[in-house]
This record gives sequence, C-alpha cells and structure tokens, in this order.
Amino acid sequence: MHEDEEKTYFWSGNEACAEAAIIAGCRFFAGYPISPANEIAELMAKKLPKANGIFMQMEDELASIGAVMGASWCGVKAMTATSGPGFSLMQETIGWGFMTETPCVIVDVQRLGPGTGQATKCGQGDVMQARWGTHSDYMAIVLSPNSVQETFELTIRAFNLSEKYRTPVILLTDETIAHVRERITVPKKERIEIIDRKKPTPKDRRFFGLEDIAPMPAVGEGFNVAVTASTHNEYGIRFTADPLIHRRLVENINNKIRKNASEIEDVERYNVEDCQVGVVSYGCTSRGVYEAIKEVEKRGVKIGHIRLKTLWPFPEKAVRDLAKNSEKIIVPEMNLGQIFYEVKRVACNVDVVPVNKIGGGELITPEEIFAKILEGGSQDN
Amino acid sequence: MQKYWKEVVKITEFSVQKYMRSLRQPFCPGCGLFSLTHAFLKAVYELGYENLSKFVFCSGIGCSSWIPSPYFMADSIHTLHGRSIPVATSIKLLRPDLNVVVFGGDGDIVGIGLNHFIHAARRNTDILVIMGNNMVYGMTGGQVAPTTPLKTRTTTTPYGSFEYPLDAAKLAAVAGASYSARWTTAHPKELKEALKKAIGLDGFRFIEVITQCPTAFGRKAGFRNVGEMLKWFKDSAVLVQQADKMDQEELEGKIVIGEFVERKRATLVENVYAIMKEAQRNGK
Ligand SMILES: Cc1ncc(C[n+]2csc(CCOP(=O)(O)OP(=O)(O)O)c2C)c(N)n1
Ligand code: SF4
Ligand SMILES: [Mg+2]
Repeated sequence: MHEDEEKTYFWSGNEACAEAAIIAGCRFFAGYPISPANEIAELMAKKLPKANGIFMQMEDELASIGAVMGASWCGVKAMTATSGPGFSLMQETIGWGFMTETPCVIVDVQRLGPGTGQATKCGQGDVMQARWGTHSDYMAIVLSPNSVQETFELTIRAFNLSEKYRTPVILLTDETIAHVRERITVPKKERIEIIDRKKPTPKDRRFFGLEDIAPMPAVGEGFNVAVTASTHNEYGIRFTADPLIHRRLVENINNKIRKNASEIEDVERYNVEDCQVGVVSYGCTSRGVYEAIKEVEKRGVKIGHIRLKTLWPFPEKAVRDLAKNSEKIIVPEMNLGQIFYEVKRVACNVDVVPVNKIGGGELITPEEIFAKILEGGSQDN
Repeated sequence: MQKYWKEVVKITEFSVQKYMRSLRQPFCPGCGLFSLTHAFLKAVYELGYENLSKFVFCSGIGCSSWIPSPYFMADSIHTLHGRSIPVATSIKLLRPDLNVVVFGGDGDIVGIGLNHFIHAARRNTDILVIMGNNMVYGMTGGQVAPTTPLKTRTTTTPYGSFEYPLDAAKLAAVAGASYSARWTTAHPKELKEALKKAIGLDGFRFIEVITQCPTAFGRKAGFRNVGEMLKWFKDSAVLVQQADKMDQEELEGKIVIGEFVERKRATLVENVYAIMKEAQRNGK
C-alpha cells in the first residue's frame, strides 16, 4: 500500500477492516472460520507475515480471543473477527479483557440468529449482546460503520480507543457492509491518527484500576506484572473478598469509559435542530434512511436524523437533542427491537416508533421507513 | 507496596522465597501444591537462574493455577478457567526469547481446557505445561473430574464415580508433544529432575504431577491424612517401561510414572517464523 499519498480502492467492508487494522498497527490476529467474517481472517493471514506480524487460526473462538489477550500483554496490537455464534463463545474472555484492562479489537460481523439462524444473511441482532454479553458490571465500547469507507475509519478508531482507554473495543458490522464493494479513499499516512497505549516509566508499579488510565507494561519488560481478572489492587495482587478493593477497581474501570463518554460517542447529525420527525439509525439500515428522507422532504416534512457511529456508550445527548423538536422518532433495525428501547429510555416525552425486519437478510427498504415517517397518530410498543 | 516488591536480596542457598513475593500461597495444610512449587523453583535454581525474568507464567483458574499468580516474582497472567494455553501460545509466538510456563489443575488443563491442550501438543507449541493432578476439581470443593479414578467417591459421585479417567501424559505423547512425563509428589527428586529437563527442552512439554489434595479429594475418597495419600502414590506407582509389559488387569489402580515421550520435531515458533521468512522473500 502506498503510504505517502492518498489512494482510492474498490474494497469490501471486510477487506477495508483488515487493511485498516494493519495501518492501525495490528500485528497479531487469531480467529476461527465463520461466515460472514472469513475474508477478514483470510486477508490478515496474507498480510501479517509480510508485516512481521503473526496470524493464527486457533482451534475455536475461546482460543482465538485468549490468544488475542496474550498478544496484547506482549505490547502488540491484536484483533479477532467473528460472527454471532463465535461472539457468544468469546464473551467470557471479553469480560476478562475488561477486568484486566487489556486493549484489543473484536470484530463482530453480524449475521442472523439466534442459534445458527441464517448463517450467511444479514442481521443486527447483536447490539445488546455487544453491550451486555459478558457477566456483571462493565462498559462496552461498540462502533457501528455503515459503509466500506467508514469500516476503514472505525477500525482504526477502534484500535485507537482500545489503546487510549485500555479496554477491549467491539467493531459491530454486519453482513451487508462486510460484503458490499465500494470505492474507498485511504488518506496519506500522516493524515491518519494512530494512538498507542501509555507505557510505564521504570519506576511505575501501579498498573491497574487507577482513576486515570493506568500505564500498561508488557511481559518480559522487567515489571513482574501480575495480571488477573479476579479482583485485584493497583499492583495486580488478588483480593477475592475485600469489598472496598472490589468496589474501587470495578468503579474505576467503568468510570474511565463513562467519564469520557462524550469523547467516545460519535454520531452523524442531520437537521436535528429543526425537525418534526426524527430518525435514529445505525449500520446498514441507515442507508435506506437517507433515501427515505429525500422522499419525505419532497413532501415538505422536516426531518432530522441521528446516525449512531458509536452504539455504546449510547449517545444519549444527541438523541435527546433530536427528541427536543420531534413529535416522533422512527428507529429502523434489522432485529425485533434493541436500540429502540434505548431511544425510548432517553426520548421519553416523544413517540418512539420501531421499524423491524428479520429474515433472509432482507434490508428495511426506504419505502418502509418512508411509510412510518408519514404515518399519522401515535404508536406505542 | 513494600510487600509486593521487596528488593530481592541475594540468597545464595536455595529458598523458594528467592523467587517469590512476600506473600504466602494460600493452599491448605499438607497440600501437594507446596511440594510442586518447591520442586519447580528448585529446578529453576539448579539450572542457575538468578531470578524469573526470563520466564512468563500463565495459569487458569483453580488451586493449581494459583501456584505462580501472583506469588512468583515474575510476569504472571492468570487467565480464565481452561484458557491459559491459548494465552501462552501467543505470548510465546511474540516473545520467543522467554520461557513460557503454564500451571494448571487437571480440571483446568484436561477438563474444560482439553481442546487447547491437544492442539498445543499437535502444533508442538513451545511451552511447558505443568498440571497438578489432584483427581478432582479442588477449588470448587472436590467434584468428580475427568481424572478421577473409577468408583471414587467425590461430592458429585456420592456412590462412586462411573467414568474412566483420562491418561493425560499418554494423550500428550500421542498428540505430538516433544516431552511428556508423569510423577507424583511422593517422588520429589524425580519430579525436580524432570522439570529441569523439560525447562531445557524445546517444543510442547508436559509434566503431570499427581498431587495430594487432602481437603477436597482425600476426605471423601477415604484417606485419613496426607501420609496415607503419599503412601498410596508410592505403593501404586509403576514405571512406564514396566507398565508396558503389564496387562489391563494388573494395571488396575496403578499410577504409571516416568517419561512417556521425548522426541525432536520442529516447534511451532520455528515453523511460524520459517513460513514468515518465506512469505517475505517471495515479495509483495
Ligand atoms: C467457566 C468456569 N466454570 C467453572 C468455574 C468454577 N471453577 C473454579 S475452579 C474450578 C475447578 C478447578 O479444578 P482444577 O483445575 O482441577 O484445579 P484444582 O483446584 O483442583 O487445583 C472450577 C470448576 C470457573 N471459574 N469458570
Ligand atoms: S483444596 Fe486441595 S488442592 Fe486446593 S489447596 Fe486445599 S488441599 Fe490443595
Ligand atoms: Mg484438580
């Protein structure tokens, strides 16, 4: 890849994800075959060895995410890519990563479940799993691209956020975005911001659960770092019964994300200040929204749109802004209602109207969204 | 903080303290895991390591997994139940210069984590796996494990277990390990020698250590004290070379000890880096 000049390519979302990972500095990938994520692993297998990186196809997703965590503790940026069933298997270790503050990127290319569902078809059913998939109290950072270009950008952002906040970050794409081919522009190298984790100074000994993000040593650097997802103090020493140590640790690692939510949250706003009807969308579904809006505007209806690029932490303020002026908010999703409930929670004074569709990978059409926007009266779910 | 990072005073004679934080391992009195810790650190000492800076320890969840974490003055990664081997795998691949050692229990390594164990042996992954086999899930109170002998009483087999136990040392050998051995805590010298040897070898090395768990295994299984358990290990131990000549019936209730395999085969690290070099030579 040319690095000192801007270049255009014709890539699929999965290709853009792998290419972006390499640019972000990812040098370890472990995964297990699953549709519709395979192309990411295949491209990483091809590219990493040439970039002095390592690709491993592991025996299952439990091993894949485990290997990713090990790589991160070697100071190496690491990623895995999977889909629903594999994402389910990874959940326990994602919690481990959260508790040990291990930066890494997990790509979930959503397909249709539950179970093996329709393995090659598009869905958006993992939104809540990405937020609450592992047990107990944690804060997930989840990004959702709606194009190939944005898959590229958000993959880099996923690495940057994971390094900055020392936490696993989930890139939640879907089968449609993963497989569509689009023109994409890769900026010059110096125009791409790359963030690396904070390293300790030789005197540092406190590596965990600090109020600020703690510096992260790697194994083999002489720090004698003790890493555990059992409750630990700032030195990494296990305390499996002390209530205060647990409280402080878990509150601090939640707060480092909660307190920075406004920096992490990213949305595309359209006409939010002056609208009668609002739409909140994300991922592939948002593509139909743009067309629907054009049609609706032709009829003189003022419409506002918030497209969520960050799903979690949920961009509450943006949705609240939209709710200020709208009489109703439409939430189209390729599931039976997930982000819908978040919008309802935040926009409690407004009619929130879901548009749901599942099965066969059929997208929600602009007409279906259009119809809901123009539909009169209130509808409650 | 003093407690966790005392400056290691130069101790010329062997003491486990030389390699540990000033924290006591939390094992029950009489637990075999103290002997295993001792044997390992003695092996390290006799090999001439002043400290553990050339080692990384990975472990899962369970009493045996607590051996290094956080007690060893070293880098230690305490992973999830059954998942130490994948974590160790990537660490070794990215830091081939470090000795990566896995500690785990029988439940951890060949129960919930069995898949990783077989695949690591198959790949000849350059790690040393030390499994404390107390024949139960110790930390959770002594439930039947894949290693529990037939007819043994445990908390979940109140009338005796009805499953055959797994022969982990043999399995490792068959799956492709470079080295596999089994000893017991009643054979401390042989165990230490095996550890010394295994630390020095390449590829996937496995040492299974039959260890007494008086609390969770001994009581239910009918042993009155640690001495009885150690006597059991001693009396029923048969060297593998001898066992090869015995039939099924004669082997009933025996603990087969010794070296199950020692072979030379290119390791995962060697293979990965060889292919990487080739990929880079073949241009873009
Ligand atoms: C996924 C998961 N399942 C179950 C447990 C509960 N658990 C903790 S320790 C343990 C048993 C450990 O047994 P073993 O690995 O043999 O170690 P020992 O305590 O006997 O040394 C179990 C089942 C857990 N921590 N995680
Ligand atoms: S329960 Fe058993 S294995 Fe665990 S510390 Fe006690 S004696 Fe040792
Ligand atoms: Mg056990």
